[in-house]
Amino acid sequence: MPGQPFVRSHMLPERAPPATAAGPLLWLRENLFSSWFNAILTLLSLGFVWYVLAHALPWIVQSSWTANSLTECRQQIAASHGPGTSGACWAVIRERYLQLIFGFYPSRLYWRPILAFGLTLAALAPILFPALPRRLLWLSSTVPFLVPWLLWGGSLWLPVSIALGAVLGYAALRLVTPLAGSLAGVIAAGLVPVLWWLFGAGPATGLLQSALPLAIDSVQSRAFGGFMLSITIGIVAITCSLPIGILLALGRQSDLFIVKTLCVGFIEFIRGVPLITLLFVASLLLNYFLPPGTSFDIILRVIIMVTLFAAAYMAEVIRGGLAALPRGQYEAAAALGLDYWKAQRLIIMPQALKISIPGIVSTFIGVFKDTTLVSIIGLLDPLGFSNAIRADTAWNGIVWELYGFIAALFFVFCFAMSRYSMYLERKLATEHR
Amino acid sequence: MSDPSNARDIDRSRMAVRDEVAIRIAGMNKWYGSFHVLRDIDLTVHVGERIVVCGPSGSGKSTLIRCINRLEEHQSGSIVVDGIELSSDLKNIDKVRSEVGMVFQHFNLFPHLTILENCTLAPIWVRKVPRREAVETAMHFLEKVRIPEQALKYPGQLSGGQQQRVAIARALCMRPRIMLFDEPTSALDPEMIKEVLDTMIALAEEGMTMLVVTHEMGFARQVANRVIFMDQGQIVEQNAPEAFFGNPQSDRTKLFLSQILGN
Ligand SMILES: Nc1ncnc2c1ncn2[C@@H]1O[C@H](COP(=O)(O)OP(=O)(O)OP(=O)(O)O)[C@@H](O)[C@H]1O
Ligand SMILES: [Mg+2]
Repeated sequence: MPGQPFVRSHMLPERAPPATAAGPLLWLRENLFSSWFNAILTLLSLGFVWYVLAHALPWIVQSSWTANSLTECRQQIAASHGPGTSGACWAVIRERYLQLIFGFYPSRLYWRPILAFGLTLAALAPILFPALPRRLLWLSSTVPFLVPWLLWGGSLWLPVSIALGAVLGYAALRLVTPLAGSLAGVIAAGLVPVLWWLFGAGPATGLLQSALPLAIDSVQSRAFGGFMLSITIGIVAITCSLPIGILLALGRQSDLFIVKTLCVGFIEFIRGVPLITLLFVASLLLNYFLPPGTSFDIILRVIIMVTLFAAAYMAEVIRGGLAALPRGQYEAAAALGLDYWKAQRLIIMPQALKISIPGIVSTFIGVFKDTTLVSIIGLLDPLGFSNAIRADTAWNGIVWELYGFIAALFFVFCFAMSRYSMYLERKLATEHR
Repeated sequence: MSDPSNARDIDRSRMAVRDEVAIRIAGMNKWYGSFHVLRDIDLTVHVGERIVVCGPSGSGKSTLIRCINRLEEHQSGSIVVDGIELSSDLKNIDKVRSEVGMVFQHFNLFPHLTILENCTLAPIWVRKVPRREAVETAMHFLEKVRIPEQALKYPGQLSGGQQQRVAIARALCMRPRIMLFDEPTSALDPEMIKEVLDTMIALAEEGMTMLVVTHEMGFARQVANRVIFMDQGQIVEQNAPEAFFGNPQSDRTKLFLSQILGN
C-alpha cells in the first residue's frame, strides 16, 4: 500500500560495497568491446597499428650500422636481407651523432657540456621537487653562473663578477625599498645589476684575473651546435621567461599608467611579430645599431630574443591564471595587512601559477621546439647540422634516419616536461582538496 | 534568523563601552564612477561598541565597512581608525589593516594553505612574529572557535560554518583592535549560522569592538549596543536595539523591519 506509515525499528549498519568483478576479460569488454560500434573501432585501430608497424619495424631492424656512405648502406642491406629490401641506414647516426649533439665543440672538452648539463639537472631538482631539502636551493643559485663558464670557458672571475651583479641587485632592493617604496626597490634591483654588467664586470674581471689567474680553455660561440645548442637556448629561455612573464603579467594589471602601457605594448608587439623576424633582428640588424668593434655574442643575442618572445607568451598565460582568481583572495590578503608584493608572492601567484600549469608547460615545450628556428639564421642546431650532413656526398639523399633521430631527441625532453606537468597538477590537486 | 528563545545568557561583565574613539568617520562621501554610493556619512565608534549595520540590498553597507580598512577608497571627508587617518599613504593603510580584522561573506580563506597556515601567514609576514609563537597563537584561537582538530586540513575539506569560524580565527590571530564583519552568516546553511553567531557572541563578551553588517536581528537584539539602518547610501536611523526594534522612527526603517521580520 502506498501510504502505509513506517517507522524504522533499528538502524542499518554500514556495509562493504559489493566486490566488483575484475580481471582482464572484463577490462577488455568494458574498454574495447562495449558495443558493436566500439568493437569495430577497436578492430580498425588494431589493423591500422598493425599496418604501420609491419612497414616500420622491418625498416628499423633490417638496417646497416657500419657503412660509411649511403650507397654502402644499401649494398650491405641488400647483401644481408636480400635485394630490394629497404632498411634504415643508421650508420649515419653512428658516424655523426657526436656532431648532432655537440656541434663543433672540441671533443676533448666534451666533459664540460656534459658536466654543465648534469649540474643544470641537479639545480632544477630542488625547484621541481619540493620534497627535496630547501637548502639545496643555495647550490642551485650558483649554477646559472657556473654553467656558462663551463660552456664558454675563460676566466673564472667573469662568472664571479657577474654573480656579484646579482648580489648588488639584491643589496639595492634591500637598501632602496625602505627609503623609496617597493616599486622603486624593484626598479633599482633591475637597474643596478645591468649597469654593473655593462660597465663594471669587464674591468673587474680583468683586474682579478691579472691578480690571480684562474681560467680554463675558452670555446668560441662558433663552435657551439647540435642538440647542446638547442638545450642551452631552450633552458635559459625557459627559466628566464617565467619570472619575466610574471612581472609582465603583473605590470599589465598595474594601476600605474606608464608601467601598464609599457607592458601591454611589449607583450602585444612581441606576440604580433614572428619569432623568425626577431631572430633575424638579432643576427643582422643589431650589428648596425651596436657601436662598431663591440662583439655581442650571437648566441647571447639569440637567447635574449627567444627569452623575450617566450616571456610575452608566458605573461598572457599567467594573466589567464590571475583572472581566474576570485577577487576575494586579493581582498582577504589586503585585509590582513599584506602589502602588494607579499600578497602576490604568498597568496596570488601560488594559486595563479597552479591554475596556469598546463599553459605554462605548453609554452615551455613550444619554446624548446622553436629553438630549431635558429638554423635559419645559420646556427648549427640539430636541424642546421642535418642539412650540412645531407649536403655531404656520402650521405646525400638520407632523410628519415636523421630527422627520426632529431625528433627522438626532442621528444624525450618534451615528453618529460609534459609528464612533469601532469605529476605537478595531480600533486597540487590532492594537496588542496 | 536566529531564534532568540534558545539564546544563551550573555556575560556582560566585560562588554563596557569606553570613551576612547576607535573609528571616526566625518562627512565621508564615496562614488563609484558617477554613482554616489555613500553620502555624508558621520559615524563615531567607541572602543568596546558592538554595532550592527542593516539595510536593504545595495544600500551601501558593505561599501561603508570596506572603506574602514580601505578596501575601497573614499573621495571626500575623513576616516580615522585607531588614531590613524586613512589617506593614500600606503604605510598608514597597511598599519590600519593590521589593526582591523575583517570577516567576509564568502570566507575568502586561502585554499592552497592549510587552516593553520591560513592563520599564521599574516602574523609571520606582517607582524614578524616568530613561527613558533604564531603557531601557538593560531592554535589558541582555533581552540576558541572550537576547531583545533582541523588545523592541518585544507579549507576545501571543511563545512561552510567551519570555514567561517576559521576566517574569524585568522583575523583574530593578528590581534586586531576592531573587527569588521560583512554578512558573515548569509552564505551559510541555517544549522551552521548558529555556530558562527555563537563565536561572534563569545568575541563580543571579551569586549571586542565590532562592526557587523548582518540581517540576523536576534544577534542585533542580544549583542549590539547600537543598530544602524542604512538606505540609499545614507545612515537613516540609529538607536539602541530595544528602541530601534520596539519604536522605529523613520518610515523606511518601519518598512524594512516589517519586511525582514515578516510581520
Ligand atoms: N565595484 C563597484 N563598482 C560599481 N558599483 C558598485 C561596486 N560595488 C558596489 N557597487 C554598487 O554600490 C551599491 C552599494 O553596494 P554595497 O555592496 O555596498 O551594498 P550592500 O548594502 O552591501 O548590499 P548587499 O546587502 O546586497 O550586500 C550597489 O548599488 C552596488 O551595485
Ligand atoms: Mg554587501
